[in-house]
Amino acid sequence: MNLTFREAILTFKRAPLLSVLSVTTIAFSLFVLGLFGLVVINLQDALHNVEERVEVVAYLLPGAPIEATAQALKDIEAFPEVQSATYVSEDDALARARAELVELRDVMQELERNPLPASIEVKLKPGFRDTDHVAAVAERMRGFGFVDDVRFGRDWVEKLDRLRGLAAAVGIVVGAAFAVVAIIIIGTTIRMAVLQRSREIAIMRLVGATDGFIRLPFLLQGAIKGLLGGMVAVGLSFAAFLLINRYLLQSAFFTQEQAVAIIAFGALIGLLGSTISVGRHLKRV
Amino acid sequence: MIKFTNVFKAFPKGGLALKDVSFHVAKGEFAFLTGHSGAGKSTVMKLIYAEERPTSGEVRVSGYNVNEMRPREVPRLRRKLGIVFQDFRLLEDRTAEENVAFALEVTGARSSTIAARVMRVLTQVGLAAKAQAYPRELSGGEQQRVAIARALVNEPTVLLADEPTGNLDERATRGVFQLLRDINASGTAVVMATHDLDLVRQAPYRVIELQEGALVYDSAVDEARDQAAAP
Ligand SMILES: Nc1ncnc2c1ncn2[C@@H]1O[C@H](COP(=O)(O)OP(=O)(O)O)[C@@H](O)[C@H]1O
Ligand SMILES: [Mg+2]
Repeated sequence: MNLTFREAILTFKRAPLLSVLSVTTIAFSLFVLGLFGLVVINLQDALHNVEERVEVVAYLLPGAPIEATAQALKDIEAFPEVQSATYVSEDDALARARAELVELRDVMQELERNPLPASIEVKLKPGFRDTDHVAAVAERMRGFGFVDDVRFGRDWVEKLDRLRGLAAAVGIVVGAAFAVVAIIIIGTTIRMAVLQRSREIAIMRLVGATDGFIRLPFLLQGAIKGLLGGMVAVGLSFAAFLLINRYLLQSAFFTQEQAVAIIAFGALIGLLGSTISVGRHLKRV
Repeated sequence: MIKFTNVFKAFPKGGLALKDVSFHVAKGEFAFLTGHSGAGKSTVMKLIYAEERPTSGEVRVSGYNVNEMRPREVPRLRRKLGIVFQDFRLLEDRTAEENVAFALEVTGARSSTIAARVMRVLTQVGLAAKAQAYPRELSGGEQQRVAIARALVNEPTVLLADEPTGNLDERATRGVFQLLRDINASGTAVVMATHDLDLVRQAPYRVIELQEGALVYDSAVDEARDQAAAP
């Protein structure tokens, strides 16, 4: 184990330029990935805020019986998708309209009769704030006899859905592309390291070193490079985040777990690249 | 210990390197493998340390059947062998001591025992004083002694030496040859490939001669037959 580690470290000493180059390229790939990740998590935050406002409103027929309405409110609250259901009476609606529509206050003062219907406003639990669930809840609410109409802004709920899908898809594609690039780069550096050490490897074989033993320093070396690349990438992302916050807009950074995941992902990429490469090239030595 | 039975070896891009070769080297024996360049000596060596597999026939080495050996058994066989080449094959960026220790480290020897074992073999080959020297600071004969020390450090039952004196002057040749004889005297079998016939005549050892891949003379067989034929 001691020797394995020493051998892995030795490669950095023997080919410092190559090592720095490979760490830098991995760091850069992961940095671009990190920037994209920042965009995604900030978009996600924004989406979350919008989502919170997703609600289904059922307008009630005038003169809906109070007991039936109260019972309906309980029933609706019991739907698995529903977070809260609030009854808004005709008077509440008018008061709200007066408060929100200041310009029309005078007009409203002069009304003889309240034109606004009572309604039930329903908020959905997180995870149910998409088209299908919203539509399903709306459909069920239509079933109550005293409900006149149900509205839920189908259009922008659908747009929100599509935007989220697109963000995830682009994230996955870009992420995979950069991961592949990083794997190829690591593979190339391992290939060079294997060729550079071919004499040593041949001697190791002659004196009876197992393939696993010969392979280990290369795998370790790949993982270390990936790990370093990941750390540099998180550092660069943090610098970018600071700059953006200072000059552009208030945004969120990765959580500690996400940062650790990026670094672990770097190590995984390094390990994967070196595993693929070392097996192929050791055979030729 | 080492047994070849009707061994043929053909290389993909070459002709037949070995044709119907059969011989047996016993435990503790010293055997010369002679023949001109290209006769097939190195091929015999490669078959013994399982670098190559026979095309047909059977190769057995200290309990292993090289024909049907699995890849992961090869390292186990090699730990029972010591191998020395004409070109020494030392690592230039390591001292004599480190080159020898390398063979122990890569086989997972306990690190607490390595230094003592390395010094013991370096003393055995007469190079204890140059343990800290790098290969470029050593003469050819000294470099070959380091290689021999590396081959011995795993306490092999057989030492394979492929033209070990091929790059050495006469004095160094005599020294290295004497060292191999001493090693054999202490119980290790030695198979030495050489085309140096003076060396072969100096010692009363077994001689196996190859010619264009065929075994044309084996002193163990032919002398026994000659004696049987004598009145
Ligand atoms: N890997 C190989 N591929 C093709 N031909 C080979 C290979 N190794 C050896 N040979 C051929 O096998 C024959 C014997 O070679 P070798 O065993 O090296 O002879 P020696 O060691 O006695 O000089 C030669 O004709 C050589 O060209
Ligand atoms: Mg040869």
